[in-house]
Amino acid sequence: MFDTLTNTIPNRPGVGFKAQHAAEVMARPAALGWVEIHAENYMGDGGPALAQLRALREVYPVSCHGVGLSIGGERPLDTDHLARLRKLVDWLEPALFSEHLAWSTHDSGFLNDLLPLPYTQAAVDRIVSHITQVQDVLGKQMLLENPSTYVAFAQSEMDEITFLREIATRSGCGLLLDVNNVFVSATNQDYDPVAYIDAFPLDHVGEIHLGGHEEDADEVGAPLLIDTHSRPVVPDVWQLYAHTIARGGPRPTLIEWDNDVPDWPVLEAELTRADQVLTHA
Amino acid sequence: MLEGFGAALLDPDAKVPDGVIRPDGHPAWRRFTVYRNNVVSSLIDALETGFPTVAKLVGTEFFAAMAGVFVRAHPPSNPLMFKYGAAFPDWIAGFRPASSLPYLPDVARLDLARREAFHAADAAPAAPTLLAEIAPEALDTARLRLLPSLRVVTSSFPILTIWRINHEGADLPLTQTAQSVLILRPEMTVTMWPLPTGADTFLMALSDGAPLAEAAEAAAMVHRDFDLSTTMQTLIPARAFAGVIDA
Amino acid sequence: MSNTVVKGLAIASAVTTAIAMTATVASAQATEKCYGVSLAGENDCAAGPGTTCAGTSKVDYQGNAWTLVPAGTCLSMEIPGDRMGSLEALERDLPA
Repeated sequence: MFDTLTNTIPNRPGVGFKAQHAAEVMARPAALGWVEIHAENYMGDGGPALAQLRALREVYPVSCHGVGLSIGGERPLDTDHLARLRKLVDWLEPALFSEHLAWSTHDSGFLNDLLPLPYTQAAVDRIVSHITQVQDVLGKQMLLENPSTYVAFAQSEMDEITFLREIATRSGCGLLLDVNNVFVSATNQDYDPVAYIDAFPLDHVGEIHLGGHEEDADEVGAPLLIDTHSRPVVPDVWQLYAHTIARGGPRPTLIEWDNDVPDWPVLEAELTRADQVLTHA
Repeated sequence: MLEGFGAALLDPDAKVPDGVIRPDGHPAWRRFTVYRNNVVSSLIDALETGFPTVAKLVGTEFFAAMAGVFVRAHPPSNPLMFKYGAAFPDWIAGFRPASSLPYLPDVARLDLARREAFHAADAAPAAPTLLAEIAPEALDTARLRLLPSLRVVTSSFPILTIWRINHEGADLPLTQTAQSVLILRPEMTVTMWPLPTGADTFLMALSDGAPLAEAAEAAAMVHRDFDLSTTMQTLIPARAFAGVIDA
Repeated sequence: MSNTVVKGLAIASAVTTAIAMTATVASAQATEKCYGVSLAGENDCAAGPGTTCAGTSKVDYQGNAWTLVPAGTCLSMEIPGDRMGSLEALERDLPA
């Protein structure tokens, strides 16, 4: 059992925890209100990773972010994996649990990427059933995150917001709004990111993600943004974030940096910037 | 629908799956390639992190190409990346382009054992006085419990020396000796110890629950040079014992 | 059956000797408080290097396409006995 003070995620900046920042994070910098961990990295039997997580949980509210459930997949959920998740959530008592609108498990195995899916009525039904199963097993509400997408599907029957709204309404799950993903997908699929935010059901949003992306182009020269989490949040995404907070009010906001992870001060500057947006909301 | 998408990710010759399009409605070849790259390169990266000594021995370019072949043939069976690659050492043994480095599979086994020890269940090592507190007449039948993190890799090659040269910059002579290595994690740091002859058989018998005398006999049967005292002189300072079973 | 191990006194004396020999060496290690190592690939939710060729390049090692050779630290190792170069040299010295 942990201190009740750390049982809810505040409307403040949080950071995706990286082992190399352990000392700085444990020193409790002022700009940091909570931390998020990737569930799958803490499913071992013991050792330094779990010891570190226990130490973190003593002093911070922790959000648990799954990357392996394959909620958008056509196959039934992997009940072994769900049991591992339950075990982690039971002892960690995370304030939030979130997963992705994506899939990763295939006949051939686990593909270790967040893969896209067509937005169909059949997919809504399937995902609602998967989310209901997750929420029943974990005994708590989960948040579903909007994806970064690089392709679209001719088979899609509705837009992403209609798709997400119906899933949230029917399953009772909350939503995790990744503002960088909105910008990446909107650029790649050629729609207006501000209009997306304006249409998004912000009252369902329990957490916001911010991260960096890289710029590429497809074979006809159209912009192709890649959600690499390897760079600072770009000015356009900061603007879109400020717009989101102005419209929906402050939310717990995570800075994600997974590749080419910089020294702590670089991350701390991102946290401070998010804090300014939240404070002036 | 998604099954075809997944199969095309691991097959470089596959076409873009039907219906996977760009904003202009055309097949999204280059965009689909992003997913292909993510899948293959993220799995190669996971192996490179998990097998750092193998990666150093063969170099980044060779490692990525070798791991790329493995990744397509053996994608992970579950989402735990820290467990991915358990089949890699045996697979390397059959990978002909790497056959000029005959010690490579055993080095991979050492990398894997270190990783398993790192994530193994926590258990406090027994006090150094554990054995001294057992009555001499009870030692024969005493059954010792090993740390859950304990692993042994035995090789015809000097794999521990190879590891130390590559990771500690150790200036060690590389002689053509076989080495048996004890890997374990008594606290939060993985440690390694060279084992004397027959200690691997002895430890395997202990982990199967054999009493001390029986395990020593088993080791002596396989290795004429097995010496219990010498073996214990490694296992005691290594803190290999968690306690006594049925004490 | 080996006759090198005699039960009873032999086991006890071997263990006693080992305890005596290691008494001065064995001391608890300082508890490690630094967890800043991962030792294994980790899961994350980021994308990799975009449209580079990792996903599309197929290296068929069973055909003639495989031209890569190991090119890591092994090639700069020095083997005692005036043999410079790769540990490959070990192969021919292996007992059959």
